[in-house]
Formats: sequence, C-alpha cells, structure tokens
Amino acid sequence: MAEFRLPKNSRIRKGQHFAAAEGSGNTRTFAVYRYDPDSGENPRVDTYEIDMDNCGPMVLDALIKIKNEIDPTLTFRRSCREGICGSCAMNIDGGNTLACTRANDEVKGDVKIYPLPHMPVVKDLVTDLTNFYAQYASIKPWLQARTPPPPDQERLQSKEDQELINDPSACILCACCSTSCPSYWWNSDRYLGPAALLAAYRWLVDTRDEATGERLDELEDPFRLYRCHTIMNCTQTCPKGLNPAQAIAETKKMLAERKY
Amino acid sequence: MNNNDRPLSPHLSIYRWPITMATSILHRATGVGLAVGFVVFVTWLFDAASGPDAYSTFLGAMESTVGCVLLIGWSYAFFYHLCNGIRHLVWDTGRGLEKEQATASAWFVIVASVVLTAAFWWVAS
Repeated sequence: MAEFRLPKNSRIRKGQHFAAAEGSGNTRTFAVYRYDPDSGENPRVDTYEIDMDNCGPMVLDALIKIKNEIDPTLTFRRSCREGICGSCAMNIDGGNTLACTRANDEVKGDVKIYPLPHMPVVKDLVTDLTNFYAQYASIKPWLQARTPPPPDQERLQSKEDQELINDPSACILCACCSTSCPSYWWNSDRYLGPAALLAAYRWLVDTRDEATGERLDELEDPFRLYRCHTIMNCTQTCPKGLNPAQAIAETKKMLAERKY
Repeated sequence: MNNNDRPLSPHLSIYRWPITMATSILHRATGVGLAVGFVVFVTWLFDAASGPDAYSTFLGAMESTVGCVLLIGWSYAFFYHLCNGIRHLVWDTGRGLEKEQATASAWFVIVASVVLTAAFWWVAS
C-alpha cells in the first residue's frame, strides 16, 4: 500500500560537513546519504566539499575520492566503472542512474546522492536487492523449449528475429527502473516491476522459446503485470536507454490479443 | 539482520519528477475529482426535477465564488482526463512510448486541457 512518509527509523537527520582543504579553489559540494547499521542511529546526509581540479569526471570518481581521502567508511557498490555491471546504480540529482556514467558536470548545483529509492538500506548507498533478484528469477529467465535442438548445431535465429531481443537483452539489472517506479514503491511485494517485466518480454518475443503461453499465464495478474500504469519513470531513467514501458505495453497487447 | 529493521531509502521526497510522472498522478487526481463532481451533477438534475425553489438554491450555491472555482476545476478535470485518457488509449496500441514522445505528449495534454477549459468557459459565458 502507498505509504508516503518514511518510517520513523528511516527519517533523515542532519549529518556532518567536511570542508575542503585550505587553498583548494574549484570546489563542489556532494551531499551523500549515510546509514551505519551498527550505530543504531537514523540515516543522515553528510556533505563533502571536493576539489574538482583533483577529481575524475564522473560521480563515481567523486565517491571514490571521498572514500579514499575523507571518509573510508563510506560504502557503495561499484565494479566495472563503464556502465556494464550495474553495481553503482543510485539516485543522483533526483534520478536513478549509474554513478560511473553520470558526469559531475551534468548536475547543476550540489550533487545529491541517495541510495535507490524505497529499498531497505544495508549500509550507506547499498540497498538490499534480494526481492528484486527473486522477481527476476520468478519470470524464468532462460530458454524453454520442448522440441529437441537440431542435431549438431545451435537453435539458429534469423537476423530479424535476433533484433527483437536485441534491446531487452541489453538490460544489466541495475534496478534503476524498478526503484524509480511509484507503483513498485507501493506494491513491490506483488508487482514485478519494469526490470523483471522487460526480462519477461525478452523471452516472450524470443522466437526459439516455446513457453510463450505459460509465460503469459504467469503474468496475467492484476498485480504482477497490471500494476504498471504507464507512469514512464522506468523509460525516463534507464541508464542504458532501454524502454521497459514499451515492453510492458507490448506484453499487455499480447494478452489482449490472446483473449479476443 | 531482519529486513524490517533496515531503514527505507527516501523516495517521493528526493525523486525529481519527470513531467510524465506528474501527468500520471494528475490523471488519477482528476479521475477522483470527476467522481466527486458527478454527485454535484446528480444534485443539479435532482434539484431541476424538484421545482424552481430547489433549483434556485442550487444555482445560488454554484454562482458563488466557491461554486465557480469548483465548476472551473471540474471542467478542467474533465478536459484533462479526456485528453490524457486518449493518450493512454494510444499507448495501449503500443505507440508513443518513446521517451521523447511521452514527454512531448505530456506537455501537449497539459496545454490542450487548459485551452479546452478556457474555450469551454468562453463559449459558456
């Protein structure tokens, strides 16, 4: 259910301010959400002044600089630093994106950094994605075929068939889209969310897959699929430029066409 | 650690609203507004059927400042819900869902609903 206010233990209190060192000219303020599970205290927002002349171009560079030089306890996920692993997904300047592909210069004013919205926070910018991954697993993201593969070769596709799954296969499961969706905020226990639905669509349109009917049966549910109200936040925020809203609309169309 | 003990990350308070998010919640709000407005609509019909006394009472209420504001609000809700409803119907055919298209149609619906409301009251008065 929609619960607009944060629970008591989640309300944000004022944090510490870390001023830049004397003599650094080109400074920029980064406001970062902090939560320490061992302290028993509520989350806070700390502000750090960074010397931009000695900092890489991306938000991730600034976070690493803070961790290296100011506060080593700052916790966040990161790995590839080139937008392909999806680890550093977070809310930057009010939108969900990858810290490694969002340039500091793209943000006006102070750079505000929060964890992915409406998720349980493990520590600082690290959220618990267990439910998100379970939802992905629930759509059975693998090829289901009953007919045996042709002898001595793979199940081949035409170029056109492959193009159908090109975009949806490019999803890196960073969770930016699902955690940008108000429907997912209020109903993530029952609504699958744009990421899992985009993945489901990827298998629905795969010409090699033979479980289309069963897959549609699983999705035909007032919550799992139809909690999508085309708010479009998913498509607006996807750091890979994918379109989950389109995939969901096509899935609804497939269900409607099957019925009538 | 139990997940229930973990704090919930902030959502509405920190998310920067894309225009498409605003048009979505406005669609729901105008829908609720129209449902309430229909009670007044039925009252209008009921009072009209009950005779001149009841009807003049109703007219008096609606011609007051509050009544006029409500009527303009309901007419706006009607035109907005109509325009955005058509937008949703187009979406249901799988069209207009690219990011730029959805943003453009959001602004179009906002402008169209204001223009239609203005035109409606210009014709009515």
